Amino acid sequence: MQSLTTTFTRPEGLQDVVTHYCPGCTHGIIHRLVAEVLDELGVRERTLGVAPVGCSVLAYNYFNTDFLESPHGRAPALATGFKRLRPDMIVFTYQGDGDLASIGMSEIIHAANRGEKFTTIFVNNAIYGMTGGQMAPTTLAGQVATTCPMGRDTGKTGMPIRMCELLSGLVTPAYLERVAVHFPQQIIKAKKAIRRAFQYQIENKCFSLVEVLSTCPTNWGKTPAESTHWVEENLKSYFPLGVYKTPEGAK
Amino acid sequence: MAKILMKGNEAIAEAAVRAGAVNYFAYPITPQNEVGEYLARRLPEVGGVFLQAESEVAVGNMLFGAASTGKRVFTTSSSPGISLMQEAISYMAGAQLPVVLLNIMRGGPGLGGILPAQSDYFQATKGGGHGDYRLLVLAPSTIQEAVDLTMLAFHLADKYRNPVMIIGDGMIGQMMEPVEFPDSYTEPELPPKTWAATGADGRKPQVVKSLFLDPIALEKNNILLHEKYQAMKREEIRFECYKTAPKNKILLVAYGTMARICQTAIDELEGEGISVGLFRPITCFPFPEEALYAEATKSNIETVLTIEMSMGQMVEDVERVVARQRPVKFFGRTGGIVPSPEEVIQQIKQILASGQPTKVKV
Ligand SMILES: Cc1ncc(C[n+]2csc(CCOP(=O)(O)OP(=O)(O)O)c2C)c(N)n1
Ligand code: SF4
Repeated sequence: MQSLTTTFTRPEGLQDVVTHYCPGCTHGIIHRLVAEVLDELGVRERTLGVAPVGCSVLAYNYFNTDFLESPHGRAPALATGFKRLRPDMIVFTYQGDGDLASIGMSEIIHAANRGEKFTTIFVNNAIYGMTGGQMAPTTLAGQVATTCPMGRDTGKTGMPIRMCELLSGLVTPAYLERVAVHFPQQIIKAKKAIRRAFQYQIENKCFSLVEVLSTCPTNWGKTPAESTHWVEENLKSYFPLGVYKTPEGAK
Repeated sequence: MAKILMKGNEAIAEAAVRAGAVNYFAYPITPQNEVGEYLARRLPEVGGVFLQAESEVAVGNMLFGAASTGKRVFTTSSSPGISLMQEAISYMAGAQLPVVLLNIMRGGPGLGGILPAQSDYFQATKGGGHGDYRLLVLAPSTIQEAVDLTMLAFHLADKYRNPVMIIGDGMIGQMMEPVEFPDSYTEPELPPKTWAATGADGRKPQVVKSLFLDPIALEKNNILLHEKYQAMKREEIRFECYKTAPKNKILLVAYGTMARICQTAIDELEGEGISVGLFRPITCFPFPEEALYAEATKSNIETVLTIEMSMGQMVEDVERVVARQRPVKFFGRTGGIVPSPEEVIQQIKQILASGQPTKVKV
C-alpha cells in the first residue's frame, strides 16, 4: 500500500484558525496568496501587516505576522510611520475599496506619491461589505446597493473610481497591477503579481499596490458561483486587468 | 551647560531631541512652524526621521504606526491641526501607544485667528476624541519649563503607555528666553517595550489595536485605561504656588502664559501693599485637585479668581474642586488678546472693593 503524503498545507504565514468570511467570499483566497508569498520570500518573521476597517478588520487574527489595526482608511499613514522607522521590515496594508478609495483616498495617494516602500493589497469588491452593502466609490454604474436601491446613478454620484489608473498618473515610480481571483488561472496570475509587489519592496525599489477584484456574494445578493461570473462579465470589463505601472517604466 | 537664548518653538524642538525623540511627523500651521523648520535641519544630523505629512489626519495616524515600533515619536501643531488628529489620538489612547503632542494653541473656534489662546483646555483635558480616555496634559509657563516638561513628557508617555499633550500658546512658542539644557540626560529606567511590533520572529504575532469586539474585553481595556489615569492622579500631579500667604484675601488660578502675567501683576500689587497669591496647575490632567482645594479653602481666602485666555474652561475644574466653599470668579480675554498685568490688577482691585470682577467691555 502506498503511504499518504500531505501535498497541500496551510502556509506558515496564516494562523490555524477559521475565518469569519462568508461562503464564496474571496477575501480568504487573497489572504492565502499573501501568506504563501511571505513564506516563499522568507520574510514572515520580519513582516508587519496593517489591517483596515472593513470585512478584513480581523485580518490580524488570520495572518501569522505582527499587525496594527488602523482607523478606517488610514492604513497607508500607519504603514508610512512604521516603515520610516523600520526600513528593515516588510510592511503591507490590506484594504477594501471603501477604506482605500473613499475615506482613505488622501492617505493612499500621498503614500504612493512619496514612494513609501510598502505594499498595498487593495481588495476591490465594488461594495461596502462590512456595513451591509452600501454604495462604494467603485460600485458599478447601475449596480444596486442599499444606498442606491435603484442602481448607482452616475449623474449624481460620478463614475466608479479606477484606482490603478488614477495612481498611475503620479510621476513617482511605483508598481501597480490589477488582478482577479475568480478563476484558477487568475489566481495564479494574482499570486505572481503579489510576489512581484513584495519583491520590489524587498529590493527597496518603490511603492507597490496590487488591486484584486474580489467577490461579495452576501451583499451582491448572488450565489458564490454567480458572483464569480459577475466578476468575469461586469467588474472585469470596467476594471481591466493588467500591469499599470512598473518602476522600470515598461509594463 | 551655559544658558542660550532661544525661541520657544525651537527650544521645545531641541528638548525633544535631547530626550531621544528623533522621529517627527507634522503638517505646517502657524504659530508653531519654527518647530518643524528647526527639526527639518536637526533630525537628519542625529539619524532621525522628519516627515511633512499631507494633513494632520495623516500625521496622527503616522504617529500610530511609528509609535508601534517602540521608538519615541512626536508631533507639534496648533488648534485646528490638533482637532484633525483627534481620530488617531483616540485610537492611540485605546491601543496604549506612547506619543507626545504639542499644541501651541491659537484662538478659535473654527479657523479663528493665529494669536495666542488657551481655548483648547476642554479638548486637551476632557477627551477630545471619542471614547473613555484621557491625555496627560502639561502646561509650561516659561520656555525653560517648556524644555523641561517636553523632556519629561516622553518619559511619562512611555511610563504610562499613553499620549501626552503639552499645551502652550503663541507666546510660549514665539517668545525668546535664555534656556539651559542638561549636560547629560538620564531618566528613571522603564520596563522594556514588549508590546511593540518588531516582527514575529520566534514569538507569537504581536497586534497593536484598539478594537475589542467582545464587550467584556472592551470593558476590561477601559478599566485598565482608567486605572492608569488613577495612577497618574496619585503620582503625576504638578503645580506651583506663587506668593500664597496668610494675609491674602484673593487666590488667583491660572496656567501657562496667563500664570506668568498674573505673577507680574502680583509683583506690582506687592509694591502697592496689596498681597495676592497664585495657584498654577502644571498638570492640567491630572488636575491638582487636593492642592487647589487646600489653598482655596484657607481661612484667609475670600475669593478665588480664575484667569484664562478663553471664555472660561479651566474655571469649570476650579469650580468643581472649590465646590462652593468659596466664590469662584472668572476673568478672560479671547481672540488672541492677552490680558495685560494692568487688566489683572484692575480685576483684583475691583474684587477687593466690591467683591465682583468687572465685565469685559468689547
Ligand atoms: C470613521 C469611520 N466611518 C465609518 C465606519 C464604518 N465602516 C466600517 S467598514 C466600512 C466600509 C468598508 O467597506 P470596504 O472598505 O469596501 O471593505 P469590505 O467590507 O467590502 O471588505 C464602513 C463605512 C468606520 N468604522 N469608521
Ligand atoms: S460581507 Fe462580502 S466582503 Fe464581507 S465577508 Fe461577506 S462576502 Fe466577504
